[in-house]
Amino acid sequence: MTALILLSALGVIALLAEIFSFKKLLFPVVVLGLITTFVLNLVDWNTDKSWYGMMRAFSSVLIGITTLWFIMAEGFFKEESSLTDHFALILFALVGGVVMVSYTNMTMLFLGIEILSIPMYVLAASKKDDVASNEAGFKYLILGAFSTGFLLFGITLIYGATASFDLPVIADFISSHNGAVPSMFYAGILLMLIAMVFKVSAVPFHFWAPDVYQGAPTSVTAFMATIVKTAAFAAFLRLFASTFAGAGSIWIDVLWVIAALTLLVGNITAVIQTSTKRMLAYSSIAHAGYMLLALIALNQFTQSSVLFYSLAYSIGSIASFGVLSIVTASRGNDTTEAFNGLAKTNPLLAVAMTVALLSLAGIPPTAGFFAKYYIFNAAFLSGYGWLVLIAILASLIGVYYYFRIIIAMFFKESNGNASIEVTVNHKLMFIITILLTIALGLFPDFIIRLL
Amino acid sequence: MITLLLIFFPLVAALMLLMVKGEQVKKVALAAAIIEFVISIAAVVQFQHNADTQFEFNKPWIQSLGISFHVGMDGISLLLVLLTAFLVPIIILTSFKKTYKNPTAFYSLILAMQFALVGVFVSLDGFLFYVFWELALIPIYFICLLWGAEDRARITFKFFVYTLAGSLLMLAGFIYLYQHTANHTFDIAEMYAAGQSLDIVHQGYVFWAIFMAFAIKMPVFPFHTWQPDTYTTSPTQGTMLLSGIMLKMGTYGVIRWLLPVAPLGVEHWAHLAITLAVIGIVYTSCIAIVQKDFKRLIAYSSIAHVGLIAAGILAGNTQGVQGAMIQMISHGVNVVGLFFIVDMIQSRLGTRDLSVLGGIRNLNPQFAVLFLIILLGSVALPLTNGFVGEFLLINGVYQYNAWLAAFAGLTVILGAVYMLRSYQSIMLGETNAVTAVFPPLEGYEKAVLFIICAAIIVFGVYPKPLLEISEPAVVKLVDNFRTAIGK
Repeated sequence: MTALILLSALGVIALLAEIFSFKKLLFPVVVLGLITTFVLNLVDWNTDKSWYGMMRAFSSVLIGITTLWFIMAEGFFKEESSLTDHFALILFALVGGVVMVSYTNMTMLFLGIEILSIPMYVLAASKKDDVASNEAGFKYLILGAFSTGFLLFGITLIYGATASFDLPVIADFISSHNGAVPSMFYAGILLMLIAMVFKVSAVPFHFWAPDVYQGAPTSVTAFMATIVKTAAFAAFLRLFASTFAGAGSIWIDVLWVIAALTLLVGNITAVIQTSTKRMLAYSSIAHAGYMLLALIALNQFTQSSVLFYSLAYSIGSIASFGVLSIVTASRGNDTTEAFNGLAKTNPLLAVAMTVALLSLAGIPPTAGFFAKYYIFNAAFLSGYGWLVLIAILASLIGVYYYFRIIIAMFFKESNGNASIEVTVNHKLMFIITILLTIALGLFPDFIIRLL
Repeated sequence: MITLLLIFFPLVAALMLLMVKGEQVKKVALAAAIIEFVISIAAVVQFQHNADTQFEFNKPWIQSLGISFHVGMDGISLLLVLLTAFLVPIIILTSFKKTYKNPTAFYSLILAMQFALVGVFVSLDGFLFYVFWELALIPIYFICLLWGAEDRARITFKFFVYTLAGSLLMLAGFIYLYQHTANHTFDIAEMYAAGQSLDIVHQGYVFWAIFMAFAIKMPVFPFHTWQPDTYTTSPTQGTMLLSGIMLKMGTYGVIRWLLPVAPLGVEHWAHLAITLAVIGIVYTSCIAIVQKDFKRLIAYSSIAHVGLIAAGILAGNTQGVQGAMIQMISHGVNVVGLFFIVDMIQSRLGTRDLSVLGGIRNLNPQFAVLFLIILLGSVALPLTNGFVGEFLLINGVYQYNAWLAAFAGLTVILGAVYMLRSYQSIMLGETNAVTAVFPPLEGYEKAVLFIICAAIIVFGVYPKPLLEISEPAVVKLVDNFRTAIGK
């Protein structure tokens, strides 16, 4: 609750900044505010294994990643005229994210998703003079609204069956009816499943993601790929891994087909992309597939493995999108060739990108490796060994497109591309992401034992 | 404690090296590698000649998943650590006249590689083993990518994906075993017990999942297609690391992990696996005979040698495994020597094409003699180190199946054919325009060749010290294996 209030207050301050004209100070104020919220959120941590610990863990991840994101997206705020709006929109989106990880009532879920989504629609279209950006915003709005429709329809049907929006009541309803719930309830669950799968952009509900990710400004894309995705997964987890777990027999079969498709389609399609941004968009789809694997496993490792995965994945994504936006801005395009010779001109960027990509590809000793391992372990434990084999195949394909960039950075000549100016803040952020990625890979116990 | 020192000293040295600039970096790297060798000698001296795991260190690492930082050495591990510590300074020394761009990174990566290799050889925890196994891939990938020859990007990438595919299968096998341990732990003893408690079908699955990783790394036919390209394009030092030490990760893995965790699976599938290895021996030897590129020829010969090692281990008897231990050491020393010879010829004459070379013996008899000694070690002439291992290996395979041994034995004959033929075309005959000038050997080159020739002869005549280190551990391992399969 403290986190929600503080973040909303921060958003209001950002809106007021225009009136009281302290726009210049806004950036440090917001970053400090986020750090304070992060610390306060950790201070009243209760280590019990109930959902509340989980909720706090996820909201800490969201706030922490947003802090990193703000540092990464420094340039995004500088180049735009309507500075304060963007601050407020991002902060309100974060509020929506925190609501999505901490709801116990389905109306709150709906509100959280809307609070998160509406600023994202606006931000996706925030490059006003760019057709692609406008298209991204429009597409996101139409399809997002469509999936919200599914969500509401699902909620309605479940309400019709159980006469409640409260998650504990619904969970009791399932256990008291011992599997023999009305078919309306099943239909409700499947409709909500479609809505959630859409939000995490899993195949076959992923078609919006590549276009939106590519069209939106890179910083906004990074926000969507990390914070929005993590929040959506936490909401998904809250709904399906605890409330609907009792009715697992009806949605697990659907979900493993979706997971297998997501892993394969996401990774294979990423291979043929020439735009790095679009490649990262498909890779982000593929990563949703791994996290779905943990959800299907539905055992004691599910929650902590999704948490660890989303953390590792978010850090890797923030770093890779950060490098991408700097390289794109300086070299004019985002093809693999733009990265040629980066190791010579900007060693720090190249190392940060390499560590991030190794982590996304799941190579030890990075956080991404342990995250994948942990999820495979969970899936194996529940007897989904063959899904793990598909995931292994998928991660091999993943290596192909991630390494294309590493090869370009270290192996190709830079063709006279000059060294890129990197601000001190960015340097600091990249060092933090490198250290975090390796530290989480070497000492994952620190995070896992929190839950 | 000495185990920890052996693992982490190269890592610390690699990080310290990053602060050294310019020409000094070679010397510092060499000094670090020699210190590591001295530490390994100290371990050998303190080592008690019995089957127990010694110098153990065990601390919980990821407690909630039963993963611990558990390392230690028995005779099998110690021999391979010794090999690593012996070869790395030699490999660094072979590069002394080379001017690689960005030498700091180059030598740091070599030392980082050593860190991972030693880690692989001393890990007593499945997860830790896997992490070191993968870690070893990253430095060698960058060594090959950054300092390799033409077309390296494509070839090293193939190498990376190939070995990663194997590793991931191994990871799946390990997770499967982990699920079957009593207390959900990766501890080696519990993983052995878990593996042995499975029925023959499931042990077969475990066998294939884990064997694939090792078969690719060694490599065993038909998983060898990455190897000749990678060996040929890598910089000499990279090739030495790959062939001298890294492929031993595969053979070591079979001994340490595969035989004990899936004895029934090994027993069931050994015939197929040994047959594949023997096919590889004959097939790659034949390819080696027609090679024009000397480096590529040695790459193929390496597949043949390692095929015999794999066959000997999978035969599952003491002679086979003990022969594999000795042959791993001998092959490591000899192949580094041979690749150095290639490098010397190439850096002097600008080519390593057998069809244009010739007559070097007339110009430099000393080089001719040293080359001949290394070559004879490689073709396993009696009284060289290669003979001891190959004799034991063929003996081991013979006990398993006489026909397979007969075909495996062809390696000696075919090996003599391609090695002597290449010696003939490089060293004998008349000098020609290409080989008109062959500058004399430099001090560091002599040092490397003398050390390698001395090792070849000393351990050919008197292999007992090496055999003694590994024997008790091998006997115990094979006894356990044979008890588990009921023979």
